[in-house]
Amino acid sequence: MVRRAALKLGLGLALAPRLALAQTEPARERPKEGDFLVPVSGSGAEPIKPDDLPRDGRQTFAWPMDPSTKTVRDGSRLNKVLLLRLDAESFDPETKERAAEGVVAYSAICPHTGCDVTNWHPDRQLLECPCHYSMYDPKDGAKVVSGPSPRRLPALPLKLADEQLVVAKPFIGRPGFQQM
Amino acid sequence: MPINSRAVLAAGVMLIVSATTVLAQRPAAPLPKPDTPPPVPPILQNYKPVTAERLKQPEDSDWLMYRRTYDSWGYSPLSQITRENAARLKLVWTLQTGQVEGHQAPPMVNNGVMFVATPGNQVLAIDAKAGNLLWRFKRPMPEDILLLHPTSRGVGLLGDKVYFAAADAVLVALDAKTGNEVWNAKIEDYTKGYYMSLAPLVADGKVMVGVSGGELGVRGFVTAFDAETGKPAWKAYAVPAPGEPGSETWPPGDQWKTGGASVWITGAYDPETNLTFWGTGNGGPWMGDQRPGDNLYTSSTIAIDAATGKIKGHFQYHPNDSWDWDEVNPPILVDYQRGGRTVKGLVYVARDGYLWLLERTADRINFIDGKPFVKQNVFKSLDPKTGRPEIDPDRKPGTGKKAEFCPSLWGGKDWPPVAYSPKTRLLYIPANENLCQGFAGEPATYTPGQLYQGVNAASRTFSVVPGADHIGELQAWNLDTGQKVWTHPFANSPLWGPVLATAGDVVFAGGTNDRYFRAFDAANGEVLWEFRTSSGVTGVPSSFQIDGKQYIAVLSGWGVDAARMQARLNVAKTWEYPDVPQGGSVWVFALD
Repeated sequence: MVRRAALKLGLGLALAPRLALAQTEPARERPKEGDFLVPVSGSGAEPIKPDDLPRDGRQTFAWPMDPSTKTVRDGSRLNKVLLLRLDAESFDPETKERAAEGVVAYSAICPHTGCDVTNWHPDRQLLECPCHYSMYDPKDGAKVVSGPSPRRLPALPLKLADEQLVVAKPFIGRPGFQQM
Repeated sequence: MPINSRAVLAAGVMLIVSATTVLAQRPAAPLPKPDTPPPVPPILQNYKPVTAERLKQPEDSDWLMYRRTYDSWGYSPLSQITRENAARLKLVWTLQTGQVEGHQAPPMVNNGVMFVATPGNQVLAIDAKAGNLLWRFKRPMPEDILLLHPTSRGVGLLGDKVYFAAADAVLVALDAKTGNEVWNAKIEDYTKGYYMSLAPLVADGKVMVGVSGGELGVRGFVTAFDAETGKPAWKAYAVPAPGEPGSETWPPGDQWKTGGASVWITGAYDPETNLTFWGTGNGGPWMGDQRPGDNLYTSSTIAIDAATGKIKGHFQYHPNDSWDWDEVNPPILVDYQRGGRTVKGLVYVARDGYLWLLERTADRINFIDGKPFVKQNVFKSLDPKTGRPEIDPDRKPGTGKKAEFCPSLWGGKDWPPVAYSPKTRLLYIPANENLCQGFAGEPATYTPGQLYQGVNAASRTFSVVPGADHIGELQAWNLDTGQKVWTHPFANSPLWGPVLATAGDVVFAGGTNDRYFRAFDAANGEVLWEFRTSSGVTGVPSSFQIDGKQYIAVLSGWGVDAARMQARLNVAKTWEYPDVPQGGSVWVFALD
């Protein structure tokens, strides 16, 4: 028991500097409730509104942004999210609950080997990872439809505040791929 | 009768209390200090240093580098296991690695100590005879790494050090006796798409590695470090900068900075000329028309001076690649007969589907001959003097232009190495026949650390030639006659098995989706023995000897491209190519 406690203490000590580092780097922290979303590419860092997104169109990539300090959380690629605006009536109940005005947000990082999920199949309304072709259904919690991915894309629940998209809850699930 | 949860809880509490009481009554054992290292087992206390001489002329009983010898033959001179007795091979021990994905490394053995590299930035040291784990090194993987090919193809050895190319583009030197890190050197920035998967090459007192990332806009290179100190020695880029030789084969502008030509398989080495031979990957992005020119040194063999890092010669198998045909294995160094003379040769089996016979000199690589070893419909002919292929434009994908071509992007042979036996004078090729591919390109935009490929996803096709009765083939070619001697086809599987040739005239390979590891008669390709492992075998088999007994070792652990091709086949021929279970393990066999 003592040994285990010592081990835990040791582990804690070893992790402490990294945690401290993460805490001092808001840009690396995962999205938090109240964060705005700003586009990864394009001009400016104006928070995204539902109307900024193409209806039934391909995904838009975004970074979370701290609303008070305006810190864009682009310090870790695991913070990158993809946004899609689709027909909310086609969503399963959980997805509907996490969506705002038909906009859903998911981690942009494929849980297979970590690529950005950049492909969009408009006819089937499915997301696809360009590296190994895992396909996800954004209308159904981004569940894996086909391909080697071991799990769905983590969802990022959204809400609206002053017409702007805002993070409602942290990621459901861990972004990034499994490493043993 | 319903279980009373409260009663169960009470009983549990009593058990804990009594166990604590028992523990409390025992005299406390002295705890080791947290920084006290565990005792080094005798087998490691007596670790036999790997010398430069031993690397040049290894004992028959050892397997000290990726292909055992610098000439990359993949040949063991051990001959206890023969075509007559191979059927009696039995499992001696097996060991789980605790990792999934592609297990591709050879179990390397130095005087009874085995080293195994696995996915997940892990190296294991194992007592090769008993199967006991001696130490485990694990380097934490950065959580934000993009790792297209999670695998490792082995370690390098010199002195009492073990060299490991970590996936996050860091070269690590370990103490062979403890597994502790001695030094490390950052090779490149993994957040820009650079990663590593090869076994380091140790030669000329240096340890050399190359970088993966051909799909992520890297500029490929080979770099060398002083093996003892980790001090940088040289860096040789596989894409020349403006003004350097070969730069005229790139368009003006900055494309050379993201031109690809990754290096992800261990090079060969010729101690006579001190030249190392490395294969390079495709150009980036994939479509050749987006980077007009030959694009040296993509899809080439380059000869690099181990002393200086200077590129002394090259041979490009196909210019301006548009098919994702990396040519990353080194050629094997072997002399052969041609036109009544002995050619000091390089022999290369290409992803582009051709078997290339070349000549090596101190300062250049000459073309001798080339011929297809699988159906290939892209080259119309080869220039008889230079070997430069004439490309059929209808078979070359471009931006907005779809083209179908054979073999597929995985080629007639992908990364699994060939083997050569000086006894049979046959070259053994793990080939994939009857597969074709099609795609069209689209404009590609470079973003550091992201896919830089430019392939239209919707245009992709992958097909089996109609009427084909097999895909995988183990082929044997006579290098002196340039003729194929035998083919062993696999009806229901591709072949992703690196090959081992032995002096017992037995050839070993796994690589099929049925999880078998097999022994073949080196003379005719007949299966002498087979054993079903827990996953698919894509590891490089090795052979070693301890206390007078010959062993065969291999890693099982399906993943990476073997798994991806299987998935594509399962789409092309629905349900005929089901998923192969993953999970890595080491397997060691010997005669009973």
